[in-house]
Amino acid sequence: MSPVIEITDLSKAFGAVRALDHLDLTVERGEVHGFLGPNGAGKTTTLRVLLGLLRADGGAVRILDSDPWRDVATLHRRLAYVPGDVALWPNLTGGEVIDLLGRLRGGVDRTRRDALLERFDLDPTKKGRAYSKGNRQKVALVAALASDAELLLLDEPTSGLDPLMEEVFRQVVAERKAEGATMLLSSHILSEAEALSDRVSIIRHGRVVESGTLAQLRHLTRTAITVDVVTVPAGLADVPGVHDVRVEPHGTGARVTCEVDSDALPTLVDALAGAGVHGLTSAPPTLEELFLRHYSDDLAGVR
Amino acid sequence: MATTTLTRRTATVAAPVARFTGTGHLVRLALRRDRVLVPIWLGVFVMSAAGSAGATVGLYPTEASRVSVAATINGNPSFAALYGPILDPTSMGQVSLFKMSAMGAALVGLLAVFLVARHTRAEEETGRTELLGAGVVGRWAPLSAALIVVAGALVVLALLTAAGLVGAGLDAVGSLSFGLSWLVTGLAFTGIAAVAAQVASTSRGTKGLAAGVLGLAYLVRAVADGSPNGDLVGLRWLSPVGWSQELHAFSNPRWMVVGLAVVFAAAMVALAYALVDRRDLGAGLLPDRAGTATAPRNLSGPFGLVARLNRGFLVGWALGAALLSMVMGGLVANIGGFVDENSRPFFEALGGQQGLEDAFMAAEWSLIGVFFAAFAVATLLRLRGEESAGRAEGLLASPLTRWRWASAHLTAALGGAVALLVVAGVFGAFSTARATGDDAWWGKVAGAAGVQLPAIAVLAGLTLVAIAFVPRWAVGVSWGLFTAFFLLGEIGPLLELPTWMLDLSPFAHTPKVPGEVVSAAQLGGLVAVAVALVAIGLVGYRRRDLEA
Repeated sequence: MSPVIEITDLSKAFGAVRALDHLDLTVERGEVHGFLGPNGAGKTTTLRVLLGLLRADGGAVRILDSDPWRDVATLHRRLAYVPGDVALWPNLTGGEVIDLLGRLRGGVDRTRRDALLERFDLDPTKKGRAYSKGNRQKVALVAALASDAELLLLDEPTSGLDPLMEEVFRQVVAERKAEGATMLLSSHILSEAEALSDRVSIIRHGRVVESGTLAQLRHLTRTAITVDVVTVPAGLADVPGVHDVRVEPHGTGARVTCEVDSDALPTLVDALAGAGVHGLTSAPPTLEELFLRHYSDDLAGVR
Repeated sequence: MATTTLTRRTATVAAPVARFTGTGHLVRLALRRDRVLVPIWLGVFVMSAAGSAGATVGLYPTEASRVSVAATINGNPSFAALYGPILDPTSMGQVSLFKMSAMGAALVGLLAVFLVARHTRAEEETGRTELLGAGVVGRWAPLSAALIVVAGALVVLALLTAAGLVGAGLDAVGSLSFGLSWLVTGLAFTGIAAVAAQVASTSRGTKGLAAGVLGLAYLVRAVADGSPNGDLVGLRWLSPVGWSQELHAFSNPRWMVVGLAVVFAAAMVALAYALVDRRDLGAGLLPDRAGTATAPRNLSGPFGLVARLNRGFLVGWALGAALLSMVMGGLVANIGGFVDENSRPFFEALGGQQGLEDAFMAAEWSLIGVFFAAFAVATLLRLRGEESAGRAEGLLASPLTRWRWASAHLTAALGGAVALLVVAGVFGAFSTARATGDDAWWGKVAGAAGVQLPAIAVLAGLTLVAIAFVPRWAVGVSWGLFTAFFLLGEIGPLLELPTWMLDLSPFAHTPKVPGEVVSAAQLGGLVAVAVALVAIGLVGYRRRDLEA
């Protein structure tokens, strides 16, 4: 079966700015694909090309076996989209917008719509101008998730949602995935992509720099650990899965900083037993840190 | 800092000075945003006035020649109603600027309305006021900054206009009084727009409300000037547009009228400040009511959506059109009353009572045609507005094609214009036929209304082309073209511009009906141009990137 999305060598420039620079991306049927990158990397531009809102300068784009620029009406019946920045009509209610978008797609599944309104705790009788950013986001989410689209394009779908609603969103995504829907989910938050995605592509300066399953990208998901100890255990740097160990004096003891692969955390904790740990913090790496660490050559080149 | 401990209720009446904090910074911000737009508009106004004056000053060198031409103009009731009469036939300035006095003052008022809305409600609607309001900015500062900038621009406009008129050969005191006659109406509508910006919750609503008051004010003075034997001339004092006439520029100016305008504007501004204190940021005076949880049946596609979005705008225009054409129609029956012995030969030359009535009707409808073209441009520009607001993105990601989306807006623009022509036609024909007792007017008015549509369609076509090919500049280009065509028709002949230049305006090709023989080739030509422009625009819009 051919992939749902197949992009090869896609380029797009706005004047002198090269937004997409020979980008390749493949999304297989039935997977949730995380599309990760810092702000301004080209995520939204890629989605807009996939929607036929922007015209590609070069390269080949196939989506659901169609040409996104030519086959707008037939293609869009099969997909749904949540824009990154949801703008609503000031004098239309959220319910009206959800129905309008549903009817443009061919019909509204009322039970599904009402259930989603309930779960996202959204009041559909408010006018567009009265909604907060998070509630505008919910309007677009309900409109997209209530459809029976086989492909969902979600551009930073949880921006503006509170943690409770993020959890609801994750559940709904899991349900839609179980029903067989394919999703491309853009984000600049690594943990969000980790929680939802089967595979991840990382985009930077308009090109995909890493792509694979989370296991394949394990080296990107190390946790940063800082421990204050009385004595530094010997051979800490040799523990498998522990990287970049640095030791500096701290008070009467020492402060150890290191990075550890997620599956090696238990080993590290064992190794620290008896070291007299009196302070410990752990932090998942932010995407920006990852980029700084893994693509610093690239960064230096840009500068 | 003592105010921070007060209760919320008393905090709203905190030291007045604190409420102006930050005004200076906002003034500089507004000036920077307006550094291109406002100079261009001021230039257009100054050049229109100076150009008209310069072109006519040499034509009527003697007082007798001026009295004669003024008698001709005053004897034509359509001129008196549409532009206002020449109050002092001996005055060079009044004779040469009669088209620019009441009409010019109303356009200055419109400029004030647009500028106030741009710097108050539009800023608030887009959330920029919120961004600034969180900084050290007093509650009254945004409105104050807008008023300072707009009033300042109007004063500069008055002085530049006076200077331009002196340069065109008119006397200094008279020129200054004419500049001030524009300022009078401009200041009044600055105040009115300031209040409208508090009452309405969108910038579109603000402009609609204030421009509606402006239209009403113009109508009141048209009724005053169009009344037979000047019976109702006192009504002018009820209209801020009439005030500019009552200043009697170039003829023993009544400087006190400037004081009247300043007092009126100050009262309006005080009301606006009071309203600012009584409403929330982002809200209008009327609270938002909850709407329906589900979409009504007719909101099911692009056409339903566009109809819904333009509904209020169209209803406002239709009310104005009905009122305008009713009043104008009623004036036709009084035309005989205007004719005195001086203008009798002119009257006969035009074809007597019948010819004059036809000419009046034709002049009225060519102006209505231009107005409705403005409606079509404003309505079609929503196609671009939806795109720049980011709302088109979600729609075009659905199975909606760009063809249908653009067609829906085009239908709203042209369908709305047709609806307005029908409304104005029915009300105009009814009141004219009733006032004159002649049912032949129904046919004549139908013809006069019908011939306006092709030129309106050409304007819509040009707007669509602008949206398709220069989206970022579409608003400026569309309104710029509209203004240029309007001015070509109004003052182009005065400036003795070459025919080919006057013919650039689509309005120049609309036959003057009733009276003139309608040429099918002429109307067909306009229709062909409109169709070609629309086709080019649709293809261009389909083929370009969507731009935020």
